[in-house]
Amino acid sequence: MAKYIVRRLLATIPVLFGLSIVLFVFVHLLPGDPATALLGQHATPELVAKIREQLGLDKPLWEQYLQYLGQLLHGDFGKSILDNRPILEEFFTRFPGTIELTIGALIFAVGLGIPLGRFGARHVQGWGDGLVTVISLLGISIPIFVLGLTLQFFLAVTLHWLPATSSLDPRLLNSVPPVTNFLLVDTLLAGRPDAFVDALRHLILPSIALGSIPLAIITRITRASVLDVSNEDYVRTARAKGLKERRVDSRHVMRNAWLPVVTVIGLQVGGLLAGAVITETIFAWDGVGRWAVQAIQGHDYIVVQSVITIFAFIFLIVNLIVDIGYAFLNPRIRYG
Amino acid sequence: MATIAVGRQRPVAERASRGIWRDAARRLMRNGPALVGMFFIAVFLFMAILAPLLTTFDPVRGVLANQFEAPLTNGHWFGTDLEGRDEFARIVFGARLSLVVGVGSVIMGLFLGGTIGAAAGALGGRVDSVLMRIVDVLLAIPGILLAIGIVAWLGRGLPQIMLAVAATNAPVFARILRGSLLANREVDYVIAARSTGASRWRLLVRHLLPNSVTAVIVAATLALATAIIDVAGLGFLGFGPPDPRTAEWGTMLTDTTQYFREAPFLIFFPGLAIVITAIGFNLLGDGLRESLDPRLKR
Repeated sequence: MAKYIVRRLLATIPVLFGLSIVLFVFVHLLPGDPATALLGQHATPELVAKIREQLGLDKPLWEQYLQYLGQLLHGDFGKSILDNRPILEEFFTRFPGTIELTIGALIFAVGLGIPLGRFGARHVQGWGDGLVTVISLLGISIPIFVLGLTLQFFLAVTLHWLPATSSLDPRLLNSVPPVTNFLLVDTLLAGRPDAFVDALRHLILPSIALGSIPLAIITRITRASVLDVSNEDYVRTARAKGLKERRVDSRHVMRNAWLPVVTVIGLQVGGLLAGAVITETIFAWDGVGRWAVQAIQGHDYIVVQSVITIFAFIFLIVNLIVDIGYAFLNPRIRYG
Repeated sequence: MATIAVGRQRPVAERASRGIWRDAARRLMRNGPALVGMFFIAVFLFMAILAPLLTTFDPVRGVLANQFEAPLTNGHWFGTDLEGRDEFARIVFGARLSLVVGVGSVIMGLFLGGTIGAAAGALGGRVDSVLMRIVDVLLAIPGILLAIGIVAWLGRGLPQIMLAVAATNAPVFARILRGSLLANREVDYVIAARSTGASRWRLLVRHLLPNSVTAVIVAATLALATAIIDVAGLGFLGFGPPDPRTAEWGTMLTDTTQYFREAPFLIFFPGLAIVITAIGFNLLGDGLRESLDPRLKR
């Protein structure tokens, strides 16, 4: 097992290395000069030359790359061109918002997807299965922005059941000092259960919008996996020896059906981070995704580069954990 | 034994090469959901191709005085938008743009991903590991950020959008084709062909690629659904066609988010157009998978 983990860890290194090269080249091919962007209207040729020297832009490209890589390895992502704040600091104040949204979406997708998938498998070929198939088809076919706008229109603007945008009522914002930057935690630390409920209400619509695609995928996989296992000999044996249906389900079917479901849940994280970019924009949610879009619109490429690097890093780490978890649950992979 | 094998092989091989598509087509025509999908796609194609014949209104220029007219008034079937443009005309011309950009991006993605996947799967060894690491890098970047980045880098324009969406699905095609080539490499007929001294190129073109085509067709059909959604997503985030007046479904949605109350139908129609088209390609893709997979043959 240890050998397998080491092997997978080593395989991740070239990908990270490749990623740093791709992003470095990408940013250097971008039109516009960072020095000019930094100075804005005050740019004079002398000042530009000075800033270029300060940023090390006058050095050869490979030297710049090594410098960039060195900074990256020290966790130094540089400063935003637009507001001059250290990127890592800004990232960590915004990332909790994205994590809350992602967890909300996962809870929605897993909490609804697994029962739906099991329901579909139990009523195979019947109307129940048809309904489950239609739900998962819609989940895949409705883009996040269409679902998000529809939810906003019906549940927020028309019915006033839930708030349409932002992560907290602006009137409550001052009463919640940022400690962890997780609003759900900070509101409780501030001793404001009313603000906690408000934050939770703000979380519902974006979570549904973001969770719709994972919901569809988890439902499909659960249904297929349960159906697969239900046809195995040992399930038939369990039924034949007179076990109650519920016991067959919990002891024989689900235990073996979990594996692909767990893997697929892990693989959703990459898609959720990408989906968060759009979801946060629609719902004016304070997270990393909206920050990235604003940075691209403001030509703040250092922020864009950093966000992509960190997102890709998270994606690779999660994939690694999924792979290792899978190997742990399935010995055939470990020794393969 | 050898004579029997040779004697039986020829007619079977001939029938199989002609019949596999015909069988698949027959199965597809009996697949209810796939037929629904084809109907939706037909509606989409009908709108896209005949756009100028379906409406007399200009999709780009409107009469400001006719702002936010409700559907079915004054000949505006789907109403009018903020600038008094006919919403139906914009939906129909938007279909045209989605078709061109969606299909274009999938073809581009197929070409890029197909080349990488074929090279990796056919050459193997070091080429394979290097190419697959590149694919891993591309897959690790969140798709929409990669696409936005490319549009920001190359500037706004339809070819740039196509390339941006192609870059997000090319690595997927590369993986699928490579996987399929590797799986087929050790199959008996390939080993047989190799043992008769067939060159690498001949093996690839005559034996390996034709047997991987079905997997790629299914993936490409499903990719059309995501490509059309991604193009609209780029438009929605403000990275759509260079001329902001252009009829594009995603851009149309962003334009009206401030006018929820006045004109909810301006969200409904473009949203419905995107969803119906995506459902169409998803249903057809699933249907193709079922009818092209010989293991599901009854």
